[in-house]
Amino acid sequence: MLIKRPADVRSSEITDKKWYLNRRQFIQAAGGTAAATAFGVIGADIGLEAATPAPHGRKLENVKPSAFSVDQKVDKPNRWEEITTYNNYYEFGVDKDSPSMSVGKFNPDPWTVTVSGECNRKAAWHMEDILKGQALEDRIYRHRCVERWSMVIPWVGFPLSDFIKKCEPTSKAKYVKFTTLYDPKQMPGRDSGLRWPYVEGLRMDEAMHPLTILTVGLYGEVLPKQNGAPLRLAVPWKYGFKHVKSIVKIEFVEKEPLNTWQEQASNEYGFYANVNPGVDHPRWSQAQERRIGEFFMRKTMLFNGYGDQVASLYSGMDLRRYY
Amino acid sequence: MWAGLTGHLSANPLSDLTNETGVWALRFICITLALTPLRRLTGWNAVIRFRRMAGLFAFFYATLHFLTYVIADRFASLDFPDGILAWSTVRNLAKSVGEDIYKRPYITVGFTALMTLVPLAATSTAGMIRRLGGRRWNLLHRLVYVTGVLVVIHYWWLVKSDISRPMAYGVVVALLLGFRIYWSWWRTKPAHAPARATA
Repeated sequence: MLIKRPADVRSSEITDKKWYLNRRQFIQAAGGTAAATAFGVIGADIGLEAATPAPHGRKLENVKPSAFSVDQKVDKPNRWEEITTYNNYYEFGVDKDSPSMSVGKFNPDPWTVTVSGECNRKAAWHMEDILKGQALEDRIYRHRCVERWSMVIPWVGFPLSDFIKKCEPTSKAKYVKFTTLYDPKQMPGRDSGLRWPYVEGLRMDEAMHPLTILTVGLYGEVLPKQNGAPLRLAVPWKYGFKHVKSIVKIEFVEKEPLNTWQEQASNEYGFYANVNPGVDHPRWSQAQERRIGEFFMRKTMLFNGYGDQVASLYSGMDLRRYY
Repeated sequence: MWAGLTGHLSANPLSDLTNETGVWALRFICITLALTPLRRLTGWNAVIRFRRMAGLFAFFYATLHFLTYVIADRFASLDFPDGILAWSTVRNLAKSVGEDIYKRPYITVGFTALMTLVPLAATSTAGMIRRLGGRRWNLLHRLVYVTGVLVVIHYWWLVKSDISRPMAYGVVVALLLGFRIYWSWWRTKPAHAPARATA
């Protein structure tokens, strides 16, 4: 009986003879390509352009002050130049100054936000309709980035709850999922390692909390592109990465959405991302923060100092586990 | 170089200073490692004169990087129970730096990299080369290969999601170290042995 034994190595796996004969050139070419790519990345990093603050935009009208704003004697608002040149907006590049230099092709007007999921009024909203009849407020908030820096930012916006009520979520809506724009034609940032589009989420009670706002302005003017024009979220007791920018989709969902940074590194970034000096990032302490413009670091406050308003949302929860 | 460094500080200049001094230290490590291959490939022997200078620049920037970290990161986050000018400040600072080096792997690796540069800088003078003897000196200074690898790991472990830069430097260091392996293998082949050995 003849038992045919398959060849150990399939012919397709054998290196083509011409590659074998040219193996030195192949290694040189591969090395050369790797070196050229590496020098491209390193060269681009030595770039000499300076960041440019956002141009001033249209003044927003009928903006009312809010009792939720910080005491400006303790928390002096950061300057326009600081707020518009120091941004984490990876779609426009990974460096803090990249967004300010590369938002030129981004067009936030006209803009549409799609509402879907567990709600009665699924619709595509034009930005003008979102703002129609909507009272705007100055909300001067502390902003704490997970990277240990912080600012005080005079946002203009309105409670997210106002908008949610218009969408009439059903009893099945336990979470709100936000998706932001990803359009490489308008957003020239190169691969950052993150999966796009950027997704974030809030529990329904967090989303309905009066501190949670949809932001449309800065310093009384229309929101600059690098800060997330035309519509961004501000949740001041949570780390900055929860504050999604340039929102295009709002979904009401039953299950906790998987947010982008949790997907990227779930041991470092969780769903809740509440500011907490007692729970360190695995690579750095969160006990202190550098307020932009200051030398000595400040002590980070639990819930970024908004504990009186929001601590009750998390009573009984292990904040170490739900970071 | 300093103008390039200071001319474009962002809203967080202390963070810029820490990052830029670190990345310049790494660039000078790469330059130092590139000079020997450059000489071998081009036969341009004069470049070797710049190797010590490049190495000392790497040490200079690495030291500056460490000091920036100590001052802007550790010192700036201290409590000063007895005022700033007190012994407790020195003690707390040392404790804070020590704990950080112990606790955070990327800082452990970065600090180790700096420590490998200390004996190299200390033995960089002509007198020390003579005292150690060329052979032993050469062996000791191969420690810079370890430095190169450690610095890339340090960089790799500290970025958030964008690994393209540490990877780029990783490629450069790998190619420069790979060249040395290739060179020593190529030289030991009888056909390519230096003429002097067969004369």
